[in-house]
Amino acid sequence: MPKEILKHASKTALTLIAFAFVGTAMLAFVFDKTKAPIEASEKEARLALFKQILPTSAYDNDLLKETVQIAPNEQLGNRQITIANIAKINDKTAGVILEAIAHDGYSGDIKLLIAIRADSSISGVRVLAHKETPGLGDYIDIAHGEWIKLFNDESVNKTPAAQWLVKKDGGKFDYMVGATITPRAVVKAVFKATQFFEANKQKLFAVEK
Amino acid sequence: MSNIYKEITINGLWKQNPGVVQLLGLCPTLAVTTTAVNGLSLGLATAIVMACANGAVSLVRRFIPSEIRVPVFILVIAALVTVIDLSINGFAHSLHKVLGIFIPLIVVNCIVLARVESFAAKNAPVPSMLDGFMMGTGLMLVLGLLGAMREFIGKGTVLSGLDLIFTGMPKALYTMPDYHGFLLAVLPPGAFLGLGTLIAVRNWIEIRKTAKTNTTSPLKPALNH
Repeated sequence: MPKEILKHASKTALTLIAFAFVGTAMLAFVFDKTKAPIEASEKEARLALFKQILPTSAYDNDLLKETVQIAPNEQLGNRQITIANIAKINDKTAGVILEAIAHDGYSGDIKLLIAIRADSSISGVRVLAHKETPGLGDYIDIAHGEWIKLFNDESVNKTPAAQWLVKKDGGKFDYMVGATITPRAVVKAVFKATQFFEANKQKLFAVEK
Repeated sequence: MSNIYKEITINGLWKQNPGVVQLLGLCPTLAVTTTAVNGLSLGLATAIVMACANGAVSLVRRFIPSEIRVPVFILVIAALVTVIDLSINGFAHSLHKVLGIFIPLIVVNCIVLARVESFAAKNAPVPSMLDGFMMGTGLMLVLGLLGAMREFIGKGTVLSGLDLIFTGMPKALYTMPDYHGFLLAVLPPGAFLGLGTLIAVRNWIEIRKTAKTNTTSPLKPALNH
């Protein structure tokens, strides 16, 4: 009797293993075939995003290759190491693309991509990911509104620190009635990112190969 | 023979429609249908997975011991979904950004396993593939319709996001000028309300049809139980 059970069990197990093997082999094959196209389109998507906030005329290097690792810090709000891309013209640093996270959005984190030129002015800001209310707070996303373009050409030199607030709080940044928490968080995050840039300028620019 | 195919088609698209009759796979139905394009694309991906899964299981149905059929089915479905996920990521990257988190969910969509278990495990490959595809198409139509409704009422657009699938297409076929949107339709409650409406409309048509062929009220037989 136990012998029969053993036989039955091993036969069933072998069938399952055979199916698992075929399935895994198929996956490995497809993974291998799609690896290059996926990497290429991810790279392309990343560059297309960069292009929105930093015109291609502002750099002549490979942004994806020249990067700096940034340790978790309070000013950028990152809890893990993030990558900053360095833009260069003729091997001189022309700007930096930073990732910042605002933790005080209306629902969940707001992930931002901020391009800052060497002269501290902001070239552009885009929201990478957010979970704000559709139709209310989501106008920070370029897909739903032009609001984020308010940051174009802003800088700490042009706008004093006390003005980096939404109008409701006495600052200079517009917002839409009904959703103040979201833009407040974004303005704060962008301001903190510029502060980070000022404080770490030397370090960021030191990567001259 | 052709009768079987006709029946399978009618079952998938109308009689046993997974979206509004069997109500299987509500998670993607409710979650992705914020626009018609989202709904249709996920529906199409599901239909392809179902056709492949049904065909594959039907081919090897004799080798699957009934004790372990469920793990084998899930293994086959999971492998196919991953293949489709990788392919979309590789060849339609912008669509993948929209559907990315929902495609793996096809694995746990009950309708896929349900058709494999109840149809493909007992039938020949060709009818099984057709059954999977038709069930998937039925779901796709519901997702597309629900998405179109929510999109039009919620945002006032028709087929927005078309540019994500076909490069060079406009962002939306039609945008209602000066429409401020009806947020409820886009938010999750709108999905329930919209699906409820679709189910009601389908039932209404069905009741009218039976009332026409059968003069007695369609509700009467149920009262005899």
